Amino acid sequence: MKILTGNDLKTGAVIWWTGVGWSLDVNESADVGEHGAAIIAREEGAQNVFAAYIIDGQKDADGVRPAHIKDRIRALGPTVRPDLTLKPSEPEAVNWVI
Amino acid sequence: MYKYDQYDQQMVDTRVAEFRDQVKRRLAGDLTEDQFRPLRLQNGLYLQLHAYMLRVAVPYGTLNSTQMTMLGDIADKYDRGYGHFTTRQNIQYNWIKLEDTPDILADLASVEMHAIQTSGNCIRNISSDQYAGAAADELIDPRPYAELLRQWSSFHPEFLTLPRKFKIAVIASETDRAAMKLHDIGIRMVRNDAGEIGARFYVGGGMGRTPMIAPVIREFVPLDQLITYSEACLRVYNRYGRRDNKYKARIKILVHELGKEEYTRQVEEEFAHLMSQGIEPPLAELERIKQYFVDPALETGLSDDLDLTDPDFRLWVERNCQEHKQAGYIIATVSLKPVGGIPGDASADQIRLMAQLAKDYSFDELRVTHAQNIVFPHVKKADLYTLWQKLDEAGLSTANLDTVGDIIACPGLDYCSLANARSIPVAQKISERFGSAEKQAEIGELKLKISGCINACGHHHAGHIGILGVDRKGVENYQLLLGGSEGADTSLGKITGPGFDEDGIVDAVEKATQVYLSNREDGERFLDTYRRIGMDPFKEAIYG
Repeated sequence: MKILTGNDLKTGAVIWWTGVGWSLDVNESADVGEHGAAIIAREEGAQNVFAAYIIDGQKDADGVRPAHIKDRIRALGPTVRPDLTLKPSEPEAVNWVI
Repeated sequence: MYKYDQYDQQMVDTRVAEFRDQVKRRLAGDLTEDQFRPLRLQNGLYLQLHAYMLRVAVPYGTLNSTQMTMLGDIADKYDRGYGHFTTRQNIQYNWIKLEDTPDILADLASVEMHAIQTSGNCIRNISSDQYAGAAADELIDPRPYAELLRQWSSFHPEFLTLPRKFKIAVIASETDRAAMKLHDIGIRMVRNDAGEIGARFYVGGGMGRTPMIAPVIREFVPLDQLITYSEACLRVYNRYGRRDNKYKARIKILVHELGKEEYTRQVEEEFAHLMSQGIEPPLAELERIKQYFVDPALETGLSDDLDLTDPDFRLWVERNCQEHKQAGYIIATVSLKPVGGIPGDASADQIRLMAQLAKDYSFDELRVTHAQNIVFPHVKKADLYTLWQKLDEAGLSTANLDTVGDIIACPGLDYCSLANARSIPVAQKISERFGSAEKQAEIGELKLKISGCINACGHHHAGHIGILGVDRKGVENYQLLLGGSEGADTSLGKITGPGFDEDGIVDAVEKATQVYLSNREDGERFLDTYRRIGMDPFKEAIYG
């Protein structure tokens, strides 16, 4: 699947396109198919996101997993500070990155 | 240390107001990201892997307690309770919000700090010896000259859009503690045959994807021509440095392609021209600056005795403290490399504590080292045990300076958008593998440096053992290098062979240390043994 990620303008937080808006949770990512570039142009123009780009991912029973490790780390947070990830109560979540 | 005059303060305050307006326009949609990016970068605000990152300049690594306290307060108020001290003697915050940035810069300006020229193709923060003004082995204090260079390079209109970023280091001792020869310009203060002190210029060093050791292009520049000669070096680079290829744009490539002799000839020609223009700052300005760097009120006649009956204290003194130029005083380094910790990270509480301890025990002064540690430059030996106890209570008494545990590591793929592999987890595993004091003592001096990509922010080329993280078809892979050094005996490490996964690289480091321990002769460091026996025994042990 093709998913979109970028950053929130005010906070810089990593966000993911859900099909109707932007979420902090990669698992809410929508498959944008061939429409990624058009969505980015529209959303960046509306100041809803910046530095957006299209990546490959796959969806399974556990949720959406970006194909590349860099985007998986973006999705979770720094692997060396589980307390600062989006799943601070799940230290083992860093294994998902690797 | 240097105090802002009205011009310094006005420049910084004006820049804060200007950036506040730029942020407001960006948030209102009046500026696009393409328009805004160069403006935020000029104020040290990057976009990193998880958020905006703010890099704050610490000129030549020198801070007072008020400034250090502010750095801790910013970590708490605007970030997530910690900061990361960098290999350019700066500090970075990883979780900054754009809307907060003008307030952060205003807070910094209130304590004479800023984030200007911590990014972009300009002259970056001037770095220096972290022991400057305290070291027993220095010829003169290099900080007034570093400050003069800072003032000259700040907002220099000709050098704000260089072909690429530009880094300058200034030292004044034979022992190079600033990786001086791996800078675009390295300046070492020397004495000539006539007994005069001047500046030896090394130009064209650097790490990154094409590491080079800077050659000497002028043995002696009189100190009243320091700025003029620096300007000549920059002018030739600015005119002929390559702007067509980012990867060939650093001055090291220009010096290499022209050849040292031709580059030097052009610099000398430009220098002769500039000397006729009278651009050197008046000596009175240098004298004004020097007044800020007079010694603190060090007492005389103090005893050099230390009670070392506490074995943990003794170990820390032997490992983390250096001789001070004044009897009865000592230089103490706080390692920000606890076993299994993140190199260079300190919590807001730790930052504020170090600020308070500097106020109480080090004449209000601290230094950030390029090895990502913190120095108390002027500690009375009679106070040292008390200082150590307070550091110990805060988890800041790790005794591992210059050992395998004192690892330089870039933020790597955990934080950096340029990285290809994570650096910090490798540093943590090595730190834990070699965590015991006995093991570190057995191995002795071993400088290990890790970069998460070829940009070499973790100085891997200059590690006795270097590690470079690469991306191998989406999987992290780590190359091992041996034989680098960034000291007076600067050398570049060589790759041993095929790379390893995360656990494999830790094993490879251990095998390399075993080769060293099996082969070392009396008094040899890891680097000495490597240089004597060569790469082959290491390769044989590692790849068997």
